[in-house]
Amino acid sequence: MLPSRFDYHRASSVDEALSLLDSYGDDAKVLAGGQSLIPLMKLRFASPARLIDINPISGLNGIEERDGSLVIGALVRHNELASSETISNGYPTLAAAAPQIADPIVRNLGTIGGSLAHADPAGDLGSVMLSMGASVVLRSSSGERVVPIGEFLVDTFTTSITPNELLTEIRVPTPPPRSGGSYLKLERKVGDFATVAVAVALSLEDGAVGSAGIALTGVGLKNIEAADAAASLRGTAPTDEAFAEAGRLAAAASNPVTDVRGTDTYKRHMVEVYTRRGLAGAAAMTAG
Amino acid sequence: MEISVTVNGAARTANVEPRMLLAHMIREEFGLTGTHIGCDTTSCGACTVLLDGSPVKSCTMFGVQADGREVTTVEGLAGADGLHPVQAAFQEEHGLQCGYCTPGMMLVGAALLERNPDPTDDDIRWAISGNICRCTGYMNIVKAIQTAAKAKASVPTATATA
Repeated sequence: MLPSRFDYHRASSVDEALSLLDSYGDDAKVLAGGQSLIPLMKLRFASPARLIDINPISGLNGIEERDGSLVIGALVRHNELASSETISNGYPTLAAAAPQIADPIVRNLGTIGGSLAHADPAGDLGSVMLSMGASVVLRSSSGERVVPIGEFLVDTFTTSITPNELLTEIRVPTPPPRSGGSYLKLERKVGDFATVAVAVALSLEDGAVGSAGIALTGVGLKNIEAADAAASLRGTAPTDEAFAEAGRLAAAASNPVTDVRGTDTYKRHMVEVYTRRGLAGAAAMTAG
Repeated sequence: MEISVTVNGAARTANVEPRMLLAHMIREEFGLTGTHIGCDTTSCGACTVLLDGSPVKSCTMFGVQADGREVTTVEGLAGADGLHPVQAAFQEEHGLQCGYCTPGMMLVGAALLERNPDPTDDDIRWAISGNICRCTGYMNIVKAIQTAAKAKASVPTATATA
């Protein structure tokens, strides 16, 4: 399958990409890893007149801790997330999710920035970022803005990025001490979209839950932040009963539809089960 | 658009439309039909090639993106001294039936052994989890990659470039 014809532009710096976006705006799509965009173009769901290939840009490939956050360059590949020691040591939710994204070959090309900008409700990283309270940095030739991920992910395949902006980095707040996290994903096979997945981030303070974040993949029109479920935990003892209640609230926040992967009832039930299990797993990690 | 690519160690040039997929460029411009096209939707891994040594699905990348980079196809596995250990092991262990997935499986196996010379069966199954064998001959594929690992370990000088 061949996509429609397009003009191909290669950007070797962020400034060059921004100036191309200024010139072509809505006619152009940014090509990062291409693992979602190219299939959409082949199926003719997307037919951009121009592609701006940002892969040659250096400086968008970093993973480093700075000012209380983990700063991840937009071009970091999923396999780089999965093999990062900084992430495996301090960012358990992201560490759990990265090796479950797509399949090992796709992870060699797919990028964190591309995945978030694609805003697929079945995308794994949107939920991870919601649960961890992350932000994205959007740059344009007139400056940059930092947008909380919940405001960035607007709807199915829709974000709040404007046509002249480039997503350059992701900022994930460093979890406090005694934190745990998990990403439980139900899929029919490796590489399939999640039937259901639940991202959990949790920290303990003085024997009670300090911070908590819960977000859901594949059960609505976008990644869903289960805010009521997370709020129910804060300040309470991390007990099985508290986790079961959070599971029920998360299931209530989900809005799945029946499809080839399962019925809405089944998916809602699995949100409850995975939230409960994910919280118990995350709490167990805080013991160390 | 004019591009230069190193394909299996040889410098090649091509003049291609930007929308030409890497898989088509390899097959039609370079005449290397060992790169198969299966699902054409990033699922099956039959079109897997190595880009600077790492497996990628060549149906989900544009040929122009390979400009200045190094591509290895199944034709590049064998060296002057014969079959790559992974190829020899696929032959020995009956690691293929219809052969359609085989180029992708062997390239993924070869790349895995470069990174992890002594993989467990789980490591191998993990590595090939983006490749589908519709004959379902996975047992012998895993066995073949194990056999190749042992062959490489016993004769380290016999390794070909992968």
